[in-house]
Amino acid sequence: MRWITLTTLLSLGFATQVTAEAGGNAERGEDLFRQCAGCHQVGESAEHRIGPSLNGIFDRSAGVAEGFRYSNAMERTAAGGLVWTYESLDTFIENPRNLVSGTRMSFRGIANQQDRDDLLAYLRLFSASPANIPEAAPTAKGLDHDLDPEILSISGDPAYGEYLSNECTTCHLLSGNDNGIPSITNWPVEDFVIALHAYKNAKRLHPVMQMMAGRLSNEEIAALAAYFKGLDQ
Amino acid sequence: MKLNRRKFIGTTAAASALLAAPMAIGSGHGRAKVVVIGGGAGGATAARYIAKDSNGEIDVTLVEPTRTYYTCFFSNLYIGGFREIDSIAHSYGTLASEYGVNVVHDWAIGVDRDAKSVTLAGGSTLSYDKLILSPGIDFVDGAVPGWDLNSQNAMPHAYKAGSQTELLKAQIEAMPEGGTFAMVAPPNPFRCPPGPYERVSMVAHRLRDINPTAKIIVADPKEKFSKMALFQEGWADNYSGMIDWIGADFGGGNVEVDPHAMTVSIDGEVTSVDACNVIPAMKAGRIAELAGVTDGNWAPVNANDMSSKMDENVYVLGDATSQGDMPKSGFSANSQAKVCANSVRGALTGSSVFPARYSNTCWSLIDTDNGVKVGATYEATEEKIAKVDGFISATGESADLRAATYRESVGWYDGITADMFG
Repeated sequence: MRWITLTTLLSLGFATQVTAEAGGNAERGEDLFRQCAGCHQVGESAEHRIGPSLNGIFDRSAGVAEGFRYSNAMERTAAGGLVWTYESLDTFIENPRNLVSGTRMSFRGIANQQDRDDLLAYLRLFSASPANIPEAAPTAKGLDHDLDPEILSISGDPAYGEYLSNECTTCHLLSGNDNGIPSITNWPVEDFVIALHAYKNAKRLHPVMQMMAGRLSNEEIAALAAYFKGLDQ
Repeated sequence: MKLNRRKFIGTTAAASALLAAPMAIGSGHGRAKVVVIGGGAGGATAARYIAKDSNGEIDVTLVEPTRTYYTCFFSNLYIGGFREIDSIAHSYGTLASEYGVNVVHDWAIGVDRDAKSVTLAGGSTLSYDKLILSPGIDFVDGAVPGWDLNSQNAMPHAYKAGSQTELLKAQIEAMPEGGTFAMVAPPNPFRCPPGPYERVSMVAHRLRDINPTAKIIVADPKEKFSKMALFQEGWADNYSGMIDWIGADFGGGNVEVDPHAMTVSIDGEVTSVDACNVIPAMKAGRIAELAGVTDGNWAPVNANDMSSKMDENVYVLGDATSQGDMPKSGFSANSQAKVCANSVRGALTGSSVFPARYSNTCWSLIDTDNGVKVGATYEATEEKIAKVDGFISATGESADLRAATYRESVGWYDGITADMFG
């Protein structure tokens, strides 16, 4: 989304509401959202990726986005009646695991209150009602890539992926729990393949992951993606 | 794809019942039998993976003397005050109840490779089709003059985690103000190459809090050690003036201790110490020697599947092996165990055997939120496990990166212990 679209929204009268409720700067929030965009999309045609689409998140019950597979931890918390209000979202974004211990959301949180206000002001723009979702491309940082479509289209063998996953599970928990090492369970195949190739090609910087991905073939990456996508929790 | 195969066996005989059984255990079932000796990073992982992936076709027995296993990795963090001892304690309950592993809490005291059987201290024998030895390390007799196992209460090694670690921590915390802690570091090769130096860091961290004028002396028979530049930078930055590391060049290998007088002699100079951690030279855990699969101090193995070079029906994992380039670490043992498990299943059930691939990463903590790491990938060649690629943390890294590295190590601990114990 660009500032122009935000301006359009402001002209439609959402700004008053946003400012009044949140005291946040939605424009700044859009910048802050970049750190979320690896996993979450928002906007028109936003889809569930590693995390659920965040359209209409305000005043929605937790854990109900259709077609998204939540962690057991999130489902448990949702069953306890969690609703995404400004306050609960604020608490969650401050430190996801304080609110939902065991969530697969691999995010340390945002300590700064103003940053959270700004981010929520931005997200609020996509929540007034479904009709008000602005016409903007979904955020797609996690999907930015120049990967050969042929590599992306390889169909992986999950049985081989299961064997290869032995190398992943020394650090990554199959349960999807995350405490310092991100969850890789139930990712969309495409995101998984793109991420591993980004490490393999040294576009993502983590040295352990660069080393691990460095010797995985295209077929092996596809196999791993297929295995982790199909995991039961 | 087969998912959720974990509960293929509903029950397993209780360990106590197994101990009471006078006859050979596991005989007469017709299922292939695997006996695993040693329930650490190698043995527990191998037992779990074989049981998990064999759909009940393989009868897996794990022999481990202790009911509560304390991981050596992260035991230094307990000494430093970053972990409680309970947080590094694990039981074998899940391996038994969810994976159907027969867990036998006893000592293996003999292996008859012709009869393919293992004798336990309790008197029973276990027959096997494939035997996996993952016994960890023992100490070389006489490696440090003046010290033997009878001295381990006065001068703990704390290199098998548990009561020894608790003892060492208590002794360090009881040092008089301005007292001296000495470590006698081991010669290569030894378990956990960064381990002694992470320990020095953790001791310094603890003493800086409770006894800031205390001194730390390290007598080291080596001229260099794992992550040396990182540790020395960290010691200078965080524990300035506390740590005196005496390497081989300055007589660090010429050491004698007196556990009664509590003195350490380094290159002829005798120093009184208030706490002393003696980490002697190491060799394969004794059962490997008793099984006749060692050559010198270690058990040589084939790089493609971790099978012993002495016996195709015996596999050896982890610290006890000589295999090539991998360090003796829990991560390595876990990695080797999964290659071994794949091969053992293939041999016994005809399941697919994939090419070996190994990896290792060792994290160390220098000070609060100051973690570093070193790691590599490995492949099997004709003569050894050979390094393919690797990395190491750099000196001068940002505080954010060091904090992230530490958090990562905490996540890894959860990951590997889940991979070992279910």
